[in-house]
Amino acid sequence: MTEQQYFDQYMSRELADSAKRRKRFSPSKLIIYLLLVFWALTTIYPFVWVILNSFREKGMIRKDSFSVPWPGSADFTMDNYLTAFERADFKNAYINSITVSALVTLIVIFLAGLAAYGMVRYRFHGRRALHLMILASMMFPVFSTIIPVFRLQVVMGLASTGNRYLSLLSVVLPQIAGNLSFAIIVLMGFIRSVPIDLEESAFIDGAGVFRIFSKIILPVARPSFATVAIFTFLWSYNDLFTQTFFLRYPKEKTITLLLNEISSQAGVNYGLMAASVVLVVVPVLLVYIVLQKNIIKGMTIGAVKG
Amino acid sequence: MNSVIYKKKAPLLLFLLPAFAFMMVYLYYPFVRNILNSFVEISGLGTAAGAVNQPWYSNYVNLLQDPSMITALKNTAILILVTIVFQVGIALVLALLTDRAGKGAQFFRTVYFFPIVISGTALGLMFNLIFLYKGGMLNQLLQNIGLISDNVDWKDEKHFLLTMLLPVIWQYVGFYFVILITGLNNISADIYEAASLDGADGWKTTWYISLPLLRNVLFTCLILAITGALKVFDLPWVMMGSGIPMDRSWLTGTYMYNQTFIRADVDYGSAIAVIIVILGVVISQLANFIFREKDY
Repeated sequence: MTEQQYFDQYMSRELADSAKRRKRFSPSKLIIYLLLVFWALTTIYPFVWVILNSFREKGMIRKDSFSVPWPGSADFTMDNYLTAFERADFKNAYINSITVSALVTLIVIFLAGLAAYGMVRYRFHGRRALHLMILASMMFPVFSTIIPVFRLQVVMGLASTGNRYLSLLSVVLPQIAGNLSFAIIVLMGFIRSVPIDLEESAFIDGAGVFRIFSKIILPVARPSFATVAIFTFLWSYNDLFTQTFFLRYPKEKTITLLLNEISSQAGVNYGLMAASVVLVVVPVLLVYIVLQKNIIKGMTIGAVKG
Repeated sequence: MNSVIYKKKAPLLLFLLPAFAFMMVYLYYPFVRNILNSFVEISGLGTAAGAVNQPWYSNYVNLLQDPSMITALKNTAILILVTIVFQVGIALVLALLTDRAGKGAQFFRTVYFFPIVISGTALGLMFNLIFLYKGGMLNQLLQNIGLISDNVDWKDEKHFLLTMLLPVIWQYVGFYFVILITGLNNISADIYEAASLDGADGWKTTWYISLPLLRNVLFTCLILAITGALKVFDLPWVMMGSGIPMDRSWLTGTYMYNQTFIRADVDYGSAIAVIIVILGVVISQLANFIFREKDY
């Protein structure tokens, strides 16, 4: 039999097995689903709550935040979104946000991937010290490093110049540093679980370390890289603190910054606040859905297991 | 492991240098400045350093005698324990269950992630509405079921810890869930196949294959939980503001922010930051010692 035939035979048996399994009712499956659904409700509900209330008339949330403001009812309104759009230049802000976060994400996963690979596979003097260095830097609160970083970047001619691109860069650089340690630690955990046999057989075939990194480590650990990329993008995007420090001119504002301003002026106008949250969250959800496809690739391979 | 591939060390420099250069310039240089700042007098955000404190370590002596700092340390210790047991614990259970669920796994993976997508500030505001004294979601709900007859003040001395910890735990379960499920997916299908040929089924595969192979990733989660708890900030800050009730709810992260940016006592805030880092390194080394890393 050829390899393909083996595979087909295996797959058909597997499919038949899983069909059999599905027909059988099992109480343990029921409990599993009950638990999973319970947690899902706790995570979906707040999200739904925010979306519903973003369409609600001003001042109605406190009185009656549970009912649904159906389109057409007296309670329903688009005003919150109209007010938000009226107050700010959204297109520009989305461009700024996505430029910054995409740059940060790409550079972080590239540099962290290289560093994690080096840290896991090589044995060298000072490896433990470097590992400690990465760990320690994860604990530096951003509030304690921001002021020296600001002064440093003024000296470097990056911050407070009024030039839009330089200002965006002055956010990108500290954010890269801020996400690197986390990315290295997580990728190290994943790369360590990659069996070294793969690399050894590639080495015997004449591949060098850089080829091994790009042709074996990157593809095998792709789900892990996607996971790290999602978190990095998210933290860069939601990181109000660094952005507040370095982006001061209207042209430079990111979406998070813009909507934070709108909602802080909103006071107890929770409807406007909710609309701001929705507008911030939408691009992140899109990025998550796109990157998640990569994680699922690993999932479909896993689906074969019994 | 010391494979022949990695005997030549020259490429190592290229692997490590860019990342560590970034860390030196943007993390270590500023943090060394921060350490120095903790020894001198700085009384405003924009102001230059003044004279050296008398004695130079006076901030650290004051920290030991500061009741709010001691509260913050106690609360943070509780948070670390609770984080490890519940955040990582719940995430692990959910990840293993989702991995076995088959149908609908994709749906759960997506929705468990929601709390992390929404920024901490927005979540804080949302939880404030949930825990509101008059007409809050929780009080309304419990009164409808008949569990309580009068409104409960969820931020009073009896309840504040639960009110503060619950949202923090809930928010980050999804984070560890995603990390753990990625780890599960990285386990090669061959291993499961081999196990099922050997007659291992269901929970046996979970116990003898998934869990041991997740060990490295679980350890990573442990480290992230410790460091995360020490500097958690935005959610508790929005919900508990300045340590309500009566300076009882401080965490190391919120107390440091308060001292530096609200009270403008920059050198004292710097000293707290130093303590945070020292504690983080010590505790994670302790964890490293107990759950020693293994190479497979």
